[in-house]
Parts: sequence; C-alpha cells; structure tokens
Amino acid sequence: MSDIQGWINNEVKSNEVVLFMKGTAQTPMCGFSARVVQILNHVGTPFKDINVLESNELRQGIKEYANWPTIPQLYVKGEFVGGCDIITEMFQSGELQTLLGAKSAA
Amino acid sequence: MAMTADQIERLIRESLPDATVEIRDLAGDGDHYAANIVSAAFIGKSRVQQHQMIYAALSGRIGGELHALALQTSAPKE
Repeated sequence: MSDIQGWINNEVKSNEVVLFMKGTAQTPMCGFSARVVQILNHVGTPFKDINVLESNELRQGIKEYANWPTIPQLYVKGEFVGGCDIITEMFQSGELQTLLGAKSAA
Repeated sequence: MAMTADQIERLIRESLPDATVEIRDLAGDGDHYAANIVSAAFIGKSRVQQHQMIYAALSGRIGGELHALALQTSAPKE
C-alpha cells in the first residue's frame, strides 16, 4: 500500500463520517461537493471534510482507493457509501438518515 | 473532447445489452449529462456496485472527456 493509500485508509478508519470533497465544508469548490455538505448539515451529522484539491496525489489516490472516478466520496464507519448521486438518493429515501443514526431531522 | 448522448448510450449497452438507457443533456454543452439506467444485471448489487459497473462500461472517460454524469441505476421492477 503506497503512502497516500495508507493515509487515506487511516482517515477513513479513524473517523466515523468522512467526506472527501473539492474545497472545504465552509467553502465548497464544486456543486456536487456542496450538495453533499448541504445534505450532511441538514441531517445534522458531524463529519470530517478533507479537501482533495490540496494535493494532486490525494486527488488521484482517493479515486483509486474506492475504485470510484469522481469526487465527492462519503465514507461512514470505514465503508464507502457513495458519491453525490447515491447520497442524494439515499437522503430522499431516508436511508442516509438511518445509516447516520439521525434523530429524524424534520 | 465532449461526448454525445449516443456515444454514452452505446458504451453502456456494449457492457449491459439488456439495459434501458435514458440520457439527458443537462447543460446543452455535451459535457453534463444525467443517465437513468435499468438493467437486470443490477439485481442483487449495491448502488455503489451498480454505478461502478457503469463507470467500468465508460472505461475511464468520467472525469476526463466526460465531466459530469449524474447516475440513477435500478433493476427492472417485477
């Protein structure tokens, strides 16, 4: 496992909810990343945001880590959950709230 | 290089011949699409696996010549 893969793996395994995104939760740099941040904030889940734009190695490495070609990527309890489309779909169906153990954010 | 909706549909069908593929050009720029794909190949697969099958069918074009493809996948309804 290369250094970057090891680093990513450590972040994913040691944080309950991690979002790899373009920009930060405060200042998303891409509409897809912004949408996932908005959903997580709405559900009220604390999460760690990691800005892939800070490093080319990370930006490339995260795509290989999950065999997933796009960003954002959401990980919950060490598992890759999905990108923007899947998160949106799961939010609309209520599955995301269940997964995150949210107290039904009205 | 942008891709046409036809090219995207053809690539998906090469991998999933039974698929019903519906593609919308979101911005009219040949670069942002939304695709709705229904295929029996998705039965028993997680959403992540279903999307990975589509990404594999498009073999590396996503994030490159194809900037954005919003995906919705599902197995045929009984």
